Amino acid sequence: MTSKTNRTRIDAVGNATRGIGYEEPLLFEIGSPNRKGTQLPISTVPEYNAEDEFSGESLRDELSELPELSEVDVVRHFTRLSTWNAAVDLGLYPLGSCTMKYNPKINELVARLSGFSRGHPMQPEQVSQGFLRLCWELETFLREISGMTGISLQPSAGAQGELAGIMMIRAYHESRQDPRREILVPDSAHGTNPASASLNGYKVIAVPSGEDGILHPETIKPLLNAETAGLMITNPNTLGLFETNIQEITSLVHEAGGLVYGDGANLNALLGVSRPGDCGIDVMHFNLHKTFSTPHGGGGPGAGPVGVADMLIPFLPTPIIIKNTEGFFELSHDAPLSIGRLHGFFGNAGMLIRAYAYIKSLGANGLKHCTEMAVLNANYLLKRLSSHYHVPYESSVMHECVLSDKGLEETGVTTLDIAKRLIDHGYHPPTIYFPLVVSGAIMIEPTESESLEGLDRFADALIAVREEAIEEPDILLTAPHHTRHNRLDETRAARNPILRFAKEDSGP
Amino acid sequence: MSNSDNFPKELYYSKEDEWVRLTNDRATIGITFYAQEQLGDIVFVELPEPGTVLSAKETFGVIESVKAVSDLFSPISGEVIEINEALTERPELVNENCYGDGWMLVLRISEEKQHESLLTAAEYCTLIAEREQS
Repeated sequence: MTSKTNRTRIDAVGNATRGIGYEEPLLFEIGSPNRKGTQLPISTVPEYNAEDEFSGESLRDELSELPELSEVDVVRHFTRLSTWNAAVDLGLYPLGSCTMKYNPKINELVARLSGFSRGHPMQPEQVSQGFLRLCWELETFLREISGMTGISLQPSAGAQGELAGIMMIRAYHESRQDPRREILVPDSAHGTNPASASLNGYKVIAVPSGEDGILHPETIKPLLNAETAGLMITNPNTLGLFETNIQEITSLVHEAGGLVYGDGANLNALLGVSRPGDCGIDVMHFNLHKTFSTPHGGGGPGAGPVGVADMLIPFLPTPIIIKNTEGFFELSHDAPLSIGRLHGFFGNAGMLIRAYAYIKSLGANGLKHCTEMAVLNANYLLKRLSSHYHVPYESSVMHECVLSDKGLEETGVTTLDIAKRLIDHGYHPPTIYFPLVVSGAIMIEPTESESLEGLDRFADALIAVREEAIEEPDILLTAPHHTRHNRLDETRAARNPILRFAKEDSGP
Repeated sequence: MSNSDNFPKELYYSKEDEWVRLTNDRATIGITFYAQEQLGDIVFVELPEPGTVLSAKETFGVIESVKAVSDLFSPISGEVIEINEALTERPELVNENCYGDGWMLVLRISEEKQHESLLTAAEYCTLIAEREQS
């Protein structure tokens, strides 16, 4: 990396530049003894002496090693960390299978209305009518969008929605005195699918997808029997392909006495175009943070409402929001077959408000347009990139596309290196090495939020990276070069993770 | 990658990329050279408790690399009588020597002729060569 030409090439890419960048130590490593953020007036309350009431192990020798910092230390610390963020407000975030769409600011405005933000979860239903009405209407929207007939907004993420869905499938079979033992999961599924099935005590039977990347009735048929509790299916699947045999597959599962779970992770490709309920799906979850633009990742709360067909309505989590004959909204616990409560109070209420605002501000036509643009954008990218990268499945895609590193073997460059180099070009890397059915997968979901120029810049970057891989593979093998830290030793980090701060002189 | 030197002739192989070494009624099991190469640096291996009874094709554990997390499948049926505990601290043994120190478990075989349905080294080489073609 020392020759002049390389240096020039390394620097001359993309639109990511470096301004003032900060290293930042841990809070434990800054400050000094007795430094304080605030000065409190002299206390008029008698000092509390813990030793009077506790002894032995309950009592700590000293409250040591807490950071001692000023206000400006703390503000700068967290502000500097915030400048390290990659965010969808800064640039394209093309994580396949994660739908990182832009979060419109009107959602934030609505969620901050004081009637919502200052509402207390313990306040009586009579004075929570506005919020309850919003939830009730959001349920109506989700029913209309999905074709399901019952909704619960409680689950706090897609994974919990999935768990709730499989719990309902189990409760359904058990209520019919026909407990079953197996759940079928395609090999292209998200890892949460087998996890949800296993947590419910089901044996997971893997279903191989066909050479064309989709599921085929003849592969599923021999796996169905009297132990089949259900099939979990993601449509479009994780290769971005629409499961064109979905009707036939759901009918087969139903004939065998099983139910069909629809993973809603890829719902962004279906809004206003195809409804899971019409395709024979019996239960599904919605990722509000994917499809309905609530903030995604970063440790904030998520929301994963679950939708069901008629036969599963008695099993929905409680409480259930009902509209009484006088037009008031109430919470009902009258559901003896319910799988019970999944979350305190109303679920992650702030996310429900944002999703409601998104749906209301776009309307039915707007949502459909989103889906159309998401699909168009993915296909545009695939078309531009297919002469530069290997495309494992040729058919046109829905809202995401999959490329691979095949053809670069001689250069020594792999998908990981392409992803790292893309950072130098100013892009958060796409999802890599998923789905597992594609070796060296690069999975891109541009979403509807990107403009044509934005898509072109991203495609240009990927094409440039490919050229670099062939001409000067070392640039990729040692990338990224423009980041605060260069290539990290991920293997060592995974094998010997340091999970907690320890002062060097304080022993292990 | 399908170089036959990497696939000892005395072993049996499964389509799920595990190898089996037969010694009387015992079967030692691990993952193949091809599998560890595809996975990349192994960072975690989860194995079953000794005493676990496995049937052929059943999941017996989980292997995690920097790229992906995958299930491990038992090529044959039997009871787990020993596991390679060294892999807890040193998962890299699977990369370094997948047929030796990187072994995973020993089964007491419960179905005598089951190994006959597994692949020979030559058949396994053909399989992975085909995979690389597709």
